[in-house]
Amino acid sequence: MRDVPMRRGMKRKHKRLLAVLGLVAGLGVAAALVLTAFNDNLVFFHSPSDVAEKKIAADKRFRIGGLVEAGSVKKDGLTTEFVVTDLRHAVPVVYTGMLPDLFREGQGVVANGKLDAEGRFIASEVLAKHDENYMPPEVADALKKSGQWHEKPGDHAKLKPGS
Amino acid sequence: MHALANPARFLRLMAAIRPYAAAVAIIGLVVGLGWGLLISPRDYQQGETVRIMYIHVPSAWMAMFIYAAIAVSSAVALIWRHPVAELVAKASAPVGAAFTLICLVTGSLWGKPMWGTWWVWDARLTSMLILFFLYLGYIALWEAFDDPSRAGRAAAILALVGAVNLPIIKFSVDWWNTLHQPASVLTLEGPKIHPDILWPLLITAVGAQGYYVWILSLRVRAEILNRQARILRFSAAADRRAG
Repeated sequence: MRDVPMRRGMKRKHKRLLAVLGLVAGLGVAAALVLTAFNDNLVFFHSPSDVAEKKIAADKRFRIGGLVEAGSVKKDGLTTEFVVTDLRHAVPVVYTGMLPDLFREGQGVVANGKLDAEGRFIASEVLAKHDENYMPPEVADALKKSGQWHEKPGDHAKLKPGS
Repeated sequence: MHALANPARFLRLMAAIRPYAAAVAIIGLVVGLGWGLLISPRDYQQGETVRIMYIHVPSAWMAMFIYAAIAVSSAVALIWRHPVAELVAKASAPVGAAFTLICLVTGSLWGKPMWGTWWVWDARLTSMLILFFLYLGYIALWEAFDDPSRAGRAAAILALVGAVNLPIIKFSVDWWNTLHQPASVLTLEGPKIHPDILWPLLITAVGAQGYYVWILSLRVRAEILNRQARILRFSAAADRRAG
């Protein structure tokens, strides 16, 4: 007599447990599907490789991101020319305006604009992207002096040459 | 867990934990922020601006941790009808919302000098803004019902639905190109922060965690007493009608 309502109570608890697990699992799958479907719209910028592979429609505004190629920066008044590279492909960029403080050769950068007829990227905005490494300046100097310094291009690591 | 479903026992446990949580909060925040803001070295590329991290990053961690705590408590409340779990979730929400707001504001203040912009719609920043709206929606939903048991159930379901955003926030910087840099501390290769910068950050984070437990213990006590007062009011009204 006594264990009948008990068992029913357990059953209800199990039902609610399954309902909650089902809700979370279902939402997880739904979110994964939606995010995969909208993958191209969720990236903040495209790489020079995307441009080389013609993944971007002509005459469309987009953002290009990568590293500022060492030795490529040419300044003429407020106009700066530089090359953005992902270590596989490179795109020349022309920008007129103030650059952020962190803009340096070898550093990450994101530019917004569109390609012109010669394949140059005419940027209307340039943002600096810093990497995930933090260290005191003395440590950075010591690493550079001892030859242990590796330019870690942040999330461009997966775009190593030959990969 | 079932032992803690008893509000009186839960209140005793909270009262016992409270002074320790307060001590962790005060020591952790004073030592961590003092070390981070005044003593720790500047960063090789960001200079003094890196000090915003000592407020920004612990706030971001707490924003996500507290939301996870709300989601777990909500699941416990829904499945086992655990009355205290529901109040733990309710009492946590404004604390988490405050940490999320601090994270968004300090991130914006950090973005302007470093990136060159206050705000961009990249996946990390956008998913964090969604977290803030989830907190506000959760708080509003509690207030939208007169009957607390219905409010609690609706809010718990919202909390569980929103939990899907947590892995999106964490992995947004790995799944998509973002302006925000990838993870520095919780990575498979280990932290990418020099110990002189990492230690004050971790101590501040522990202090923030202590602050949450401290404030939570006070807020849950208020919620439990509030609910008991409501029951007393109802029974007094019923007595008056009967007499």
